[in-house]
Amino acid sequence: MQTSPTHAPLGERGAQIEAHWQVLARGRRRYTILSLAVLFVALTGSLWFANDSNSGKFIDRLPHLFDFVEMLVPRDGMEIWRALFDLPSPYFDGSLQYDYPDGRYYITQSLYIPEYFYKMAETLNIALASTIIGFFFGSILSFLAARNMMKNVWIRGPVRRFMEILRAFPEIVLAGFFLAILSLGPIPAMIAVSIHTIGALGKLFFEVIENADMRPDEGLKAAGASWIERVWFAMVPQVMPNFVSYFLLRLEINVRASTIIGAVGGGGIGEQLRLSITRGHEAKTLAIVLLLLLTIIAVDQLSAWLRRKLVGDQAFRPVV
Amino acid sequence: MQSLSATDLDAVAARHPHLVTASVWSRFRIPLILTSGILYLAFCSWLFSVPQVMSSANWTIAGNYLADWVSYEERPTIAIRDDATMKVEFSRFDPIGPNPNPDWLQAKRETITRTITAPAAAAQPSAPASTFSFMAPAPAPIGTGDAAPASQTVSEEVVTHAVVKMTPDATIEVAPPGVTITRSGETLAISLGRDSVRASGPLPAWATQRAPGEKIVVAFGFSGWAEVRSDAVIVHKRYLGWPGFLFDIDSPYFGKPLSEVLTLIRSDERLDPAQSNLSLAIDNILYNPSWQHLDVWTKLFQTIVMAFVGTLLASVVAFPLCFIAARNITLNRPVNQLVKRFFDFQRSVDMLIWALFFTRAFGPGPLAGISAIFFTDTGTLGKLYSEALENIDDKQREGIKSVGAPPLAVQRFGVLPQVLPVFASQALYFWESNTRSATIIGAVGAGGIGLKLWEAMRTNTNWKNVAYMVILILIVVFIFDAISNALRSRLIGKRNH
Repeated sequence: MQTSPTHAPLGERGAQIEAHWQVLARGRRRYTILSLAVLFVALTGSLWFANDSNSGKFIDRLPHLFDFVEMLVPRDGMEIWRALFDLPSPYFDGSLQYDYPDGRYYITQSLYIPEYFYKMAETLNIALASTIIGFFFGSILSFLAARNMMKNVWIRGPVRRFMEILRAFPEIVLAGFFLAILSLGPIPAMIAVSIHTIGALGKLFFEVIENADMRPDEGLKAAGASWIERVWFAMVPQVMPNFVSYFLLRLEINVRASTIIGAVGGGGIGEQLRLSITRGHEAKTLAIVLLLLLTIIAVDQLSAWLRRKLVGDQAFRPVV
Repeated sequence: MQSLSATDLDAVAARHPHLVTASVWSRFRIPLILTSGILYLAFCSWLFSVPQVMSSANWTIAGNYLADWVSYEERPTIAIRDDATMKVEFSRFDPIGPNPNPDWLQAKRETITRTITAPAAAAQPSAPASTFSFMAPAPAPIGTGDAAPASQTVSEEVVTHAVVKMTPDATIEVAPPGVTITRSGETLAISLGRDSVRASGPLPAWATQRAPGEKIVVAFGFSGWAEVRSDAVIVHKRYLGWPGFLFDIDSPYFGKPLSEVLTLIRSDERLDPAQSNLSLAIDNILYNPSWQHLDVWTKLFQTIVMAFVGTLLASVVAFPLCFIAARNITLNRPVNQLVKRFFDFQRSVDMLIWALFFTRAFGPGPLAGISAIFFTDTGTLGKLYSEALENIDDKQREGIKSVGAPPLAVQRFGVLPQVLPVFASQALYFWESNTRSATIIGAVGAGGIGLKLWEAMRTNTNWKNVAYMVILILIVVFIFDAISNALRSRLIGKRNH
């Protein structure tokens, strides 16, 4: 976009403008180059640091990058189904690797739930229960944190800071702490995910409330309604679709979060996955990955469909 | 608009009742949803047997663990021998250092002649095996070691009477064969038998004994607790603070006030002939064995690097791919769908799965974490980017096209200026949120502070280190939150948060 010298000469004012533009453009270009250079230096420095402090070196390990694919090849294709549905394997040799029927959960004498389905259901229940708990407390706190519903800055400020801490507090510490008290099981994971959800949903919720239409609230205020009545009759009907939409969005995130927390000791499918990967049980790993993949896609699709029904395309604007 | 009078309204309502009665769903949905929510939570609490777990949980331990975050305990053991003499021992890892003579523990020392027999000496494992006397310089315990000959008569200084002041109005007085504990006016007298511990009267609320004759545990609230056994009184006195945060007990600077440390650093007289006082101080801080500052900071930096590199590489890779995935840019439906399904696949295979796989490939460390974040977020960012591209304003593109620009220039001048701020803002948002999630995947071995946190928690004794790391993480998360918010509001305009 340089000015071409073949054009007719500019007038005095034109030349001034051109000079000014060139100065601006040069400054802009300088900043762009400078920030790209800073980014590049930061990236190479970080990569060097990461490589240096890693136990295996990048170049040495690069040929092994897809080793895990090799680790995932079962002895035959049917093994995945056997592992998934806890059917006996023809390769059974007494070891845990091929002992698929071991984990069955019997409902009656012959009817059973395959182990991984049961564990997946456990993880889903952790996610759903903690999202419900988070929704409940988050929505209460959000009304106390919204500028338009809570004029008192001495209540609003602390509630917001409290939610920020809940949100930023590492989930793993919460899980670890409750694991120490309550011993292994899904409850520590549930508490950890719930606490994080309260903070995360609370923030999204109070932003929804602050963007709400205030006219119903004014009307109720004029009629002498109490604070709770204003919240219930003026705000809740307006914000509920968005609240539910965020609830579903959070549910998707929490399914993943409870899987991860499960892997560090919270039970559920995450723990099974970590165990089978570290033990090198290829068919079991594949079965779990397949189950997780299908579940996550199903939850995502279901929640996307519901959200679109609730609030339309607005639900798919990125949360930025 | 004509308005109806009240009587007209009533008349209309009477004629057409369905207009004013709400449907069953809209009348009952709130109680219905509430009830099903409560029923579901009840089902979950049955499924996970919440009541049993909660009732069997040890909440006293929870209180102790929580207190450990911000405080430390001193654990002197007052060992009581058969001949009613005593010995005060401090743990080798005692935070207040070797040979402490705290003013809250008043011990009356006397020199008496006593006979030590080997079996008697061996039968004194009163203190836990890990305790080791640091009072070796003092004359008291000399000669009581395991090397004592079969029978020996020595003249040594022993403790005959000890008073521990737990709080201003609570004391433990040890005078074998009796222990008297006073707490806010109440007194508990305990007599120690050969293998039994008996209280003289009914136990007050602050003392517990599992079975008659067994040890008695006395609680003093936050100030600590004590265990009265037949052969020892183990005191746990709690103090607020992080002991040895800068200098450990092995450091020459330990326990010195800041002014003295500064004077020492400035003075030319070297504490360690091998290095200057300043470098000794820095070494002592960085390699502090109980706080491991350098290691913690390195691991925290790893976490930051994981999030930064992972997100940056993901956005660099997602950038060209999203142009192929956007159906208004690449007019080839099968190719669009292929790239989009690829994004979906990367997104749906959880970060955890990628982390576990790459930990196998690269070994534990930040490379595994970077790869996991990179693979997941290429999918997520690619999806978001292609959605942003599909929502652009077509007029600018058409304008550039109409002047005969080549396809690349159309993208550069017709598309990029519209989406670049959105792209950058989303990358920043993910950078910030990945800083948080990198902590968790670290715990499965993908590098960073996660594993260190997890290890510190597993031992159940390092809660103060956990608190330290949590504070560091919170600081980092808040700083990054602020940076990313500030940059994003500059990129895409001010939002209300």
